[in-house]
Amino acid sequence: MTHWVLIGLGILIAVLTVVSALGLLPSLRIVPDDTHFDFTQFRRISFPISAALSILAIVLFFTHGLNLGIDFRGGSLLEVRSKSGPADIAGMRATLAKLELGEVQLQQFGGPEGVLIRVAEQPGGDAAQQEAANKVKAAIGDSVEYRRVEVVGPRVSGEFLAVGMLGLMLAIVSILIYLWFRFEWQFALGAMIANVHDIVLTIGFMSISQVDFDLTSIAALLTILGYSLNDTVVIYDRIREMLRRYKKMPMPQLLNESINSTLSRSIITHVTVTLALLALLLFGGPAIHSFTAVMMFGVVLVGTYTSIFIAAPILIYLGVGTIRGDQVDEPKKKP
Amino acid sequence: MLYFTRWKALGIILTALVVCLCAVPNFFPEATVKTWPAWAQRHIVLGLDLQGGSYLLLEVDSNYVKKERLDSVRDDVRRTLRDAKIGYTGLASKGDGVEVRITKDADVPTALSKLRDLSQPLGGLLGSSGQRSLEVSDAGGSVIRLVIPQAAITERVRQTIEQSIQIVERRINELGTVEPVIQRQGTDRILVQVPGLQDPTQLKNLLGRTAKMEFRMVDTTVSPEQALQGRVPSDSEVLQSASPPNQPYVVKKQVLVSGGDLSDAQTGFDQRTNEPIVSFRFNSAGARKFAQATTENVGQPFAIVLDNKVISAPVIREPITGGSGQISGNFTVQSANELAILLRAGALPAPLTVIEERTVGPGLGADSIAKGELASYVGSILVIVFMLVTYRLFGVFANIAVMVNVAMIFGVLSLLNATLTLPGIAGIVLTVGIAVDSNVLIYERIREELRGGRNAISAIDAGFKRALATILDSNITTFIAAAVLFYIGTGPVRGFAVTLGIGILTTVFTAFTLTRLIVAAWVRWKRPQSVPI
Repeated sequence: MTHWVLIGLGILIAVLTVVSALGLLPSLRIVPDDTHFDFTQFRRISFPISAALSILAIVLFFTHGLNLGIDFRGGSLLEVRSKSGPADIAGMRATLAKLELGEVQLQQFGGPEGVLIRVAEQPGGDAAQQEAANKVKAAIGDSVEYRRVEVVGPRVSGEFLAVGMLGLMLAIVSILIYLWFRFEWQFALGAMIANVHDIVLTIGFMSISQVDFDLTSIAALLTILGYSLNDTVVIYDRIREMLRRYKKMPMPQLLNESINSTLSRSIITHVTVTLALLALLLFGGPAIHSFTAVMMFGVVLVGTYTSIFIAAPILIYLGVGTIRGDQVDEPKKKP
Repeated sequence: MLYFTRWKALGIILTALVVCLCAVPNFFPEATVKTWPAWAQRHIVLGLDLQGGSYLLLEVDSNYVKKERLDSVRDDVRRTLRDAKIGYTGLASKGDGVEVRITKDADVPTALSKLRDLSQPLGGLLGSSGQRSLEVSDAGGSVIRLVIPQAAITERVRQTIEQSIQIVERRINELGTVEPVIQRQGTDRILVQVPGLQDPTQLKNLLGRTAKMEFRMVDTTVSPEQALQGRVPSDSEVLQSASPPNQPYVVKKQVLVSGGDLSDAQTGFDQRTNEPIVSFRFNSAGARKFAQATTENVGQPFAIVLDNKVISAPVIREPITGGSGQISGNFTVQSANELAILLRAGALPAPLTVIEERTVGPGLGADSIAKGELASYVGSILVIVFMLVTYRLFGVFANIAVMVNVAMIFGVLSLLNATLTLPGIAGIVLTVGIAVDSNVLIYERIREELRGGRNAISAIDAGFKRALATILDSNITTFIAAAVLFYIGTGPVRGFAVTLGIGILTTVFTAFTLTRLIVAAWVRWKRPQSVPI
């Protein structure tokens, strides 16, 4: 089945390639050439919204919490698949309850045959986790295929959490230093604020959706960081160029021009990234489902919004271009 | 920007081609690749999450190492003082060291100098730093204190790990698995990866035992019952039997022959009872010791002790001088086999604990490969179609660049013998989405320059010039994130960092060279008056 779909799509691409090469397709403009949306003015709405959302995310983080995976909490995770028909989750739950292993979660995973079993960390150190996993295997027996068994001891899980947090900090600081070198410090600071905003909102998303927060989530967060900055840097580059070229243009207008002229690129790039992530989300299987979902939220929803509505306008408050002597809130005027 | 010398153009094409060609060995079966010359054999390794297998992280118990070191220091002190005929009391381990009270004050200086001889400079790089294995000091009140410094314990743990790795290697090789990876991680950990291993239970059984084998005499002066009531002779101890029913034995502390003197161990079957047994052979030193001990103790029972459990306690019927023997002790075929492996490979210097385990079955691995492949195809096709629709002819250029880009990622991965994981595949798909970004940046800039009133060729030239600086800046930030991720990540996550990082490098390469070259060739060929973009 999938082979035929792929072959069909291949033919479609071949045809499109020929047609495009011959210039027979109409040119597509996703963003009209003369777009002049007043993004900086929009900061009066976007800043309060972002502030409110960030506070909400932080509140969620502290009240609702993150669904820490075994990487950070220790314990065992077993992915099993019934060898005959749909898995009997209720039966398994009853069997495992007799083992008295504390909190044991069962969840259907990747089809009706699949079950994900999570056993909370056992008291008694590293060896106790191994024992718990063995007990679970002994209780369930051979009626299932063990597709994945992961056991993380308390020492490793503690380290993972520390290393993960350290990694995030390290990434933020090293990017800050890089931006400081390449731009003025205001840009670095602006990018940082935008960055922290992205991470806070994404953590809020993970809190609401209760996806497993594990090592791959740290990977997702770092990727979001990288790409959101990628976007921000593109706009900042343009702002810097405009600052050099137009010595007299008022700051809000200059920012607007910069955002508008890079808008088409921002949107097209995000469409392509979204398409790639969408493919991973729909076809990549359950193993990387939460990974891609988090990235989709962070890169596509938050990242784009941040670079346009936060990272650029915030430069006004950070004092970029104040030497021009114009008022921060000077009304927009056509030159 | 659009002018390339012939040599430069050739250089770019050759570089791209060679890097792409590095990926070729991945498309041939392993057996075929093995017959090629060594330089052509580099290929991508599938991560355990894709090919299935077991990952174990073992930690050596540094407290055990410390305790054992303290015990041996205590024994050394006892021996030294006894040899020097110095009276002492209260010899005991305290915290990081050992304390002993010398009975006569006058003996203290002699005792100090004798005990100082126990301290040695630490070997290796630390040897020059003046660190010693023991700090001997007069604690006042005729008490001498011997402290083991942290550096000495660290050094000891390091040695323990080195020895353990060799033993672990030997034990795993006995399992006959394909290409296991055994590495030291940090100061006190060993990482073990065994591709294709579905059930690590046996592996864990093998690695979770120190396998310290000892032949000792059974103490027949007291019965086990008496001993359990607390009347154990000072040179004996009570040990349990290894297999149920749990039965106590009183065993002398003195070791007649240890497992280190074994030269071989094999499984077999007892000819009379048909039970599985382990037969062993001593080296010449062990054979001599064993012969002497059995000659002196005919008619007495001796105990075969493994990890402080008694496997069996047969009576010596006649002197065993041939240097070989056999152990029978309620074995199953599997447990006999495991014991034979353990005895052949030797004892671990300290117990290892499994602190992390991840096992992926072959079913899940195959599923993940299939899903990853499908997602990559669909993702690439969606991006390719979108680029064609948006940029038409220039979309074709971009797509050529992206395809070369992906081929180059595989080439670099092969060149590095890198590990491809499921998140790594996600990284490649993501790179496809991102790689076109460099083209988008260039093309959008060209469109802008055209709007600004430039003619076709000058707009293309300016577009490239201005966009490339931005491409470099924006990719470096993502590269920093990937580098950090590589540094902190393990296993699948590190695989993601690798493909992401390599993807960024190849993206910058293709943007700066290949895309430019293609567009330049088109400009030379067409001499366009307008740009179809």
